[in-house]
Amino acid sequence: MELERDILLQIYRNMCLTRALEDRIRTLFLQGRIVGGVYTAQGHEAMTVGSAMTLHDGDCIVPQHRDLGMHLVRGVDPRAIMCQWLARGNSPTLGRDGQLHIGDMHYGVVPMISVLGESLPVACGVALTMKMRKRSTVVLASCGDGATSTGPFHEALNFASVQKLPLILLIENNAYAYSTPNSKEFAVQDLSLRASGYAMPGVSVDGNDVLAVYAAVQEAVELARNEQGPALIECKTFRVRGHSEADKADYVPPALRQEWQAKDPIQRFSTALSQQNILTPTLQTEIAAWVKATVDDAVRYAEASPAADGSTVAEYAFAPDGPLAIIGEPGASDPMYVNAQDSRIGRPFSVVSETYKTSKTYRAEEAGRV
Amino acid sequence: MSKTINNKKVTYLEAIGQAIYEEMQRDEAVFLLGEDVGNYGGAFKVSAGLLEAFGASRVIDTPMAEAAIIGSAVGSALMGMRPIAEMQFIDFITCGFDQIINMASKMYWRVGMPVPIVIRGPAGGGTKGGPFHSSSPEAWFFHTPGIKVVVPSTTYDAKGMLKAAIRDNNPVIYLEHKLLYRLPELREELPLDDYTVPLGKAIVRREGEDMTILTYGAMVHQCLRAAQVLEEADDLAVEVLDLRSLSPLDRDAIMESVKRTNKVLIVHEDTLTGGIGAELSAILAEELFEYLDGPITRVAAPDVPFPYAPPLEEAYLPNAKKILVAARALAAY
Repeated sequence: MELERDILLQIYRNMCLTRALEDRIRTLFLQGRIVGGVYTAQGHEAMTVGSAMTLHDGDCIVPQHRDLGMHLVRGVDPRAIMCQWLARGNSPTLGRDGQLHIGDMHYGVVPMISVLGESLPVACGVALTMKMRKRSTVVLASCGDGATSTGPFHEALNFASVQKLPLILLIENNAYAYSTPNSKEFAVQDLSLRASGYAMPGVSVDGNDVLAVYAAVQEAVELARNEQGPALIECKTFRVRGHSEADKADYVPPALRQEWQAKDPIQRFSTALSQQNILTPTLQTEIAAWVKATVDDAVRYAEASPAADGSTVAEYAFAPDGPLAIIGEPGASDPMYVNAQDSRIGRPFSVVSETYKTSKTYRAEEAGRV
Repeated sequence: MSKTINNKKVTYLEAIGQAIYEEMQRDEAVFLLGEDVGNYGGAFKVSAGLLEAFGASRVIDTPMAEAAIIGSAVGSALMGMRPIAEMQFIDFITCGFDQIINMASKMYWRVGMPVPIVIRGPAGGGTKGGPFHSSSPEAWFFHTPGIKVVVPSTTYDAKGMLKAAIRDNNPVIYLEHKLLYRLPELREELPLDDYTVPLGKAIVRREGEDMTILTYGAMVHQCLRAAQVLEEADDLAVEVLDLRSLSPLDRDAIMESVKRTNKVLIVHEDTLTGGIGAELSAILAEELFEYLDGPITRVAAPDVPFPYAPPLEEAYLPNAKKILVAARALAAY
């Protein structure tokens, strides 16, 4: 598979932005500026960025807590993300929730909840809708190794298979579910074996090789787009940091961690791109500067944003009456529909960046800019 | 067959089928999913004829997997669809509990996206169903913000409230009492025109000045029987207020009635502790303390699981006789 230079650079740039944004979140956490716990995903960038880069307009992601890379590829605004971490009143959840618990169905981002595994039946519902509406779009859902032990994981795979839903399930196997190693979580060698029980294709790939992830997901996306039903991809990687930043992860043998740190996906990809002369030193410097500026802007924006207003605490339990649009169909953004915008505040959803919203050819343009 | 032919009296069950049929006819976003709902027409035949009318893409036979059923309903609702998820027996809703509590109920509040789903199924006892086919789960959901809970007691309401629930932009738990499904007394001729019964409005089923009975679901009929006896034998005029929508709760109707009658009896089929009656009692104690001429009294099932053997079931369920005893004691206070 030969990807165009622009796409390769866009993948690289998104991986760098993902890493840098999380590094900054961690710094803010250590400075006591983050509200609540912090979950990061150093080493996961190949999976999250590589998988999401296969998608088109109208497709949907169902990401989890370590999938910042997926969000960024799909146009989620770093400002929105930072407002979530800082619990600002203008965050996409209006301070009601934190972290990456955000979404905008109009741009194909389904909001997660902390109960892992539960997003997979929801992903089935999104895919079911695509099938009912006879679309050729797909859903990319993810989960970790821990979530594969849950009932909803199995119910979702089974239902997706029976209904031949356009669903790609990405298992990000990072070797630990909090402190629990794979060996105490399941008895199979490869989680891709789960696929055979549901009569769907399943494959295990190197989760630190972004092009391997891209290729495997791309193949599954094509199957799903062509009514061939769901597929499962296990990406084998490693959580080089703790479950959260409060977790020292001293249950991980140091040698094992070092082994995986040496396989850092961004380092690997940048070396490969440099060897092919796609990533020149000049370009690398430019990308680094853009990444830093983007992160700085997000932090500045969030810190200047208003605090959540305690007097509004009892609001928004129920959605108002009114017509609903079927998302993704003509006219769905007409404000007459209750779900066209954030009806809590009567404004458009603030999850996806304005740049992404105003440019349908965002990906090409952004890549070209790099 | 669920098609709308209104020139005859229909059952409570047929009214539910009609509501689903008409809403699916009216709005292409509405669809039904659940176990055995298509080919078989549902365990109680609520959805008989719908598969033929709308096809397998809108009447979906699912695997035996409530988390997948409710979760898929949530996912499609986020896309703007209006799914109706059937629980074969409402007892099985526990298998999809997290999808309701953590996923659906918090979604609009958290991210501003409506989740217009109806989760409906046969609830309640009196059918020798035992501990796993008789439950009244309303209190779990009544306690959870962001969920509406409705419990129709008549054929007219069964149809009108289901239509309103389908058109609502929030998760609605719609509890249909299986004992009422084919009850001959509940057969009713329904309006030919489209109608809904708004969620959040209680209705006075019998007027009276001496006491108010607050109730809902199948217990409405037991209360009406008791009220009839109280009038004939005790010369008491008892008002029966059918709450029918527990969330939102029609506080105004409750206040209006109790301010006039000054005595309240609360009757529900669910167990006593932490039940709907507990919250009603608290509201009345807080709001109408000075209006009350007797203790707020509750008649409910004892705090044990639902039993199987007929004498146990008989002892467990509230009925007109037990209501009569409680009402007389309250009247004499």
